[in-house]
Amino acid sequence: MQEEIFISGRNIPKIDPNLEVWHFPISLYLFLGGMAAGIIFFAALFTILKREKQVQTAIKPAMIIVLFALSIGLLALFYDLTHKLYVWRLYTTIRIESPMSWGAWVLLFVTIGSFLWVFSYFSEIFPKWEIKVKALKNLERFLIKNRRNLAIILLPLSLILGIYTGILLSAFNARPLWNNAILGPLFLISGLSTGAACIILFSKDHYERKLFSQIDLALIFIELALIVHMIMGMYAGSAVQLEALDILIGGDYTVMFFVFVIILGLIFPAILEGIELLGYKVPVIIPAVLILIGGLVFRMVMVEAGQLTRYLY
Amino acid sequence: MKYAMVIDTLKCVGCSDCVVACQTENNVPIGYCRDWVTESVNGAYPHVEIELKSERCNQCDNAPCVRCCPTGASHKAEGGIVLVTADECIGCGACIASCPYDARYQHPDGYVDKCTFCAHRLKKGQNPACVSVCPTKCMYFGDIDDPTSKVSHLLASRKFKVLAPEAGTKPNVYYLI
Repeated sequence: MQEEIFISGRNIPKIDPNLEVWHFPISLYLFLGGMAAGIIFFAALFTILKREKQVQTAIKPAMIIVLFALSIGLLALFYDLTHKLYVWRLYTTIRIESPMSWGAWVLLFVTIGSFLWVFSYFSEIFPKWEIKVKALKNLERFLIKNRRNLAIILLPLSLILGIYTGILLSAFNARPLWNNAILGPLFLISGLSTGAACIILFSKDHYERKLFSQIDLALIFIELALIVHMIMGMYAGSAVQLEALDILIGGDYTVMFFVFVIILGLIFPAILEGIELLGYKVPVIIPAVLILIGGLVFRMVMVEAGQLTRYLY
Repeated sequence: MKYAMVIDTLKCVGCSDCVVACQTENNVPIGYCRDWVTESVNGAYPHVEIELKSERCNQCDNAPCVRCCPTGASHKAEGGIVLVTADECIGCGACIASCPYDARYQHPDGYVDKCTFCAHRLKKGQNPACVSVCPTKCMYFGDIDDPTSKVSHLLASRKFKVLAPEAGTKPNVYYLI
């Protein structure tokens, strides 16, 4: 038997008895950042492939959602800081070994790029509003001409943003549940899947909905495979990883993880999308909303359960 | 030069004087502490062992808190001590999550705070407050790079361990066992 207790008294806020330094705002930010990365990826990809006409929702309304998602995500991130007045310090340095540092820079560039993207479609989205300032009119003309170049820049940036949401957690070796290399690709695929679900939700065009349903179905299978890969990897891991896995399998977060993420968030919507692709009518809102909720719950489970895991000494 | 602390678990009686000395010396806010004492019980009756340890930031060589800090507020100072520059810290909490020893906390003023090995006392040639008050003199402090120092002698002659070596942090607080 081994038991360890504090005898000097220690009950530090947010640290004891369990680490609780990151809360819902961080989960929300990781979810919105991943979803935004997914939408930007598809908008940029189809623009580069010169197939914009077939994916009108992805390149216009969904990109407006991206602006809201990034803005709310950034606000959530700012809300979670405890030394808020010094936030500008993030942008006085770049530290490659700190994912949060380069992630903050990528987020800044992606946000600026997304605003420019939506501005390039301003006249198409709001045909009744005329831009009267000459400089802005010139900027719009310039952006329309360089839309493809903007897409070429945004495509890799969106992938980096999507993978960053996972690497942010996996870089912490002190938290064994986070510390697995698959988390980056897993969050990226999950982000692309929620991005596709968001496009399906807002699309009224049958072809576009079918296209993104197919893409989403493939992404869900990849995501499930990566989750299996993560669990297998941890099962083959050291004592701390086995202990960490106990929280997801047979512990406090088992129901949240298996019911809301795996079954309702991935398997059930995949079945519904499969049925729809076979030609049966399924209200598109159901699988899309389930995937979005599943994506958010997945981040909440990983952020909160990860903080319960630690090294034992 | 590299500072290290050596703590003799066979001499520690768990009085928590080190904790109070640190809180007083460093004006640590009420409800927080930069060092703490643990008691671990191993085995089952009648073969029971109790180990007392005064723990704090391990001033790691491979410090994950320094690596993950997005602004460079957490940095390595002279002698390998890990310090936080309060007006560079944004309070993101990344360093707190990255520490396997849970040795950092968010100060009520927002920035992240931790043990400094009493860097302000070292400048004056004094020992850290916890070391200087220990009634059983179970704590030793010095330059581990100097083979003639007391800490080097102790580590050369006694059995010792560090906390969570498998975390790969290369800590600089040693426990004689």
